[in-house]
Amino acid sequence: MADKRSLRESATFPAEVLAEIHRAADQGIYDIRGFGAKRKVPTFDDLLFLGASMSRYPLEGYREKCATNVTLGTRFAKNPIELDIPITIAGMSFGALGANAKESLGRAATMMGTSTTTGDGGMTSEERESSKTLVYQVLPSRYGLNPDDLRRADALEVVVGQGAKPGGGGMLLGQKITERVAEMRDLPEGIDQRSACRHPDWTGPDDLAIKIRELREITDYQVPIYIKVGASRVTYDIALAVKAGADVVVVDGMQAGTAATQDVFIEHAGIPTLPAVRLAVEALTELDMHRKVQLIVSGGIRNGADAAKALALGADAVSIGSAAMVALGCNRDIYREDYEALGTQPGYCHHCHTGACPVGVATQKPDLEARLQPEQGARWLRNYLTTMVLEMQTLARACGKSHVRNLEPDDLVALTIEAAAMARIPLAGTNWIPGSN
Amino acid sequence: MKAFDLDSGRLRDLNAYLHGNPTRAVTINNPNGRHSIAVGVDADVNIAVNGHVGYYCGGMNQRATIAINGNAGPGVAENIMSGKVEVFGNASQYAGASAHGGTLVVHGDASARCGISIKGVDIIVNGNVGHMSAFMAQKGHLVVCGDAGDHLGDSMYEAIVYVRGRVGELGADCIIKDMTPDHTDKLGALLKSAGLDHDPKEFRRYGSARKLYNFNIDHADSY
Repeated sequence: MADKRSLRESATFPAEVLAEIHRAADQGIYDIRGFGAKRKVPTFDDLLFLGASMSRYPLEGYREKCATNVTLGTRFAKNPIELDIPITIAGMSFGALGANAKESLGRAATMMGTSTTTGDGGMTSEERESSKTLVYQVLPSRYGLNPDDLRRADALEVVVGQGAKPGGGGMLLGQKITERVAEMRDLPEGIDQRSACRHPDWTGPDDLAIKIRELREITDYQVPIYIKVGASRVTYDIALAVKAGADVVVVDGMQAGTAATQDVFIEHAGIPTLPAVRLAVEALTELDMHRKVQLIVSGGIRNGADAAKALALGADAVSIGSAAMVALGCNRDIYREDYEALGTQPGYCHHCHTGACPVGVATQKPDLEARLQPEQGARWLRNYLTTMVLEMQTLARACGKSHVRNLEPDDLVALTIEAAAMARIPLAGTNWIPGSN
Repeated sequence: MKAFDLDSGRLRDLNAYLHGNPTRAVTINNPNGRHSIAVGVDADVNIAVNGHVGYYCGGMNQRATIAINGNAGPGVAENIMSGKVEVFGNASQYAGASAHGGTLVVHGDASARCGISIKGVDIIVNGNVGHMSAFMAQKGHLVVCGDAGDHLGDSMYEAIVYVRGRVGELGADCIIKDMTPDHTDKLGALLKSAGLDHDPKEFRRYGSARKLYNFNIDHADSY
């Protein structure tokens, strides 16, 4: 029998670190995967709502109205976006996702009165036709970017960065560059596609202001323009985005997902969504732009509680990406043999980059894509969004709010010192905010 | 013919007019370095801009023929889809950035990152181009009748670069390639379309070595 002292695992070199070093020695390249950060970080789970009691009046569930609508893009656009719910679908590329997944997203968003967002592959006909409100991304790659699609869009989103890899460019591995994807991106089939990390025709915020003016001229000032940043130096980035002329700013925390990024990037760059929200709100408030330039927060939003807490901290809306994929079937416990063929199991899969998605979401292979039919996918996502909204309303009514946007920091307490410091919310049972008082 | 004077008129009115149903010929006077002149045009119209322009003149152009009788600021003809933009002076950085089609002609020099990320345009520069030109160029042509700066064609895909003068250090995965008769004919047509009479045989062809299309540890130094 082995001596138990010999079976003590190293905290510095646990099994998964040993395996990664062996893999790096074999392959000589960083590990690339999908999904978001798996490490434990302070999240919205570390905040709690203070439901009404004697000192506050709650609203009656199901009877007293709790509204959820939001208007985005009121600063400059002739046609701001009116959404029925403050939850949007984040940008995910056709290429990373299959056409059925994009159509599912569009159909569900339309049913729920919210928006979807294109991604690094450009606008597909499936998405434009299925999505009543579509945000068109302007990315460093400019794959498929064209003025006709700019004018067909309901809003534009200039992507400076994303939470999974702030400072990094996009990536789509060769196995997902099919004929259709290659044609849309003007690339040869089967190559490992790497998007640039900087835009090709502007460099800093002063240039960006001119670029945004160009986009407004091309679209005749009709639609709002968002600026999306990965959460890192949020205070400066939001201030510069406002100065550059954004109607809406989107802040994407480090828990945000991706279809293919270096693991080192996913796990070791950016800041969590929890402090990112607070920093963004403070930056907007300091400029007297809070609520005038709307704030959308994304990165690890999983349920109505997360969304409600983001709004309570001052966001106008949240955006979901990974969670929407999960609603479409990602990591669902079916087709186990296909997960095992990838070397994983349902509940652990992050193999979006392989193009062999067992549930047909992040794939271009027709036989796999057929496993996700848009009608079913749309139903699943609609149900999930409905649940999120009901959860938000439940919490908002309990706090006495007739509109979810009326949730406020005063409705929250923190469970941990880290969360209290990051969100500038007092530790439960105290009035202590570490770093503030 | 319709004339606009940007010293007395608004840029917004100009672009709104061009986005509507413009006449076949439009003249724009006193651009005075303004940005976003004649952007997003989608019409068969000949536009003459008399003076220097700022950023993005002719951006996302479709079908129109735009002549800039002066210098052009950064991003001239960025993302042009079709039609032609012709700069009779010099062009600043990112000329023709991410352009999908049509033709961009620069009779003077172009600056750094000329033809960055192009996706099908033909760019002909009668003078020199700066460093990092044709960076990540995917499809289309860049013709340089003068010299090219360092890191030409870095991380290119399938675009083709022709250079007549000196070339600085080549970019990652960019190599010199043979000029076949087809290439010579194609180059001749490009030069003719720009109104230039240089001999195609004086040019060299550059393109991607295609070693970075899929990761290979033996080429890791190039990243």
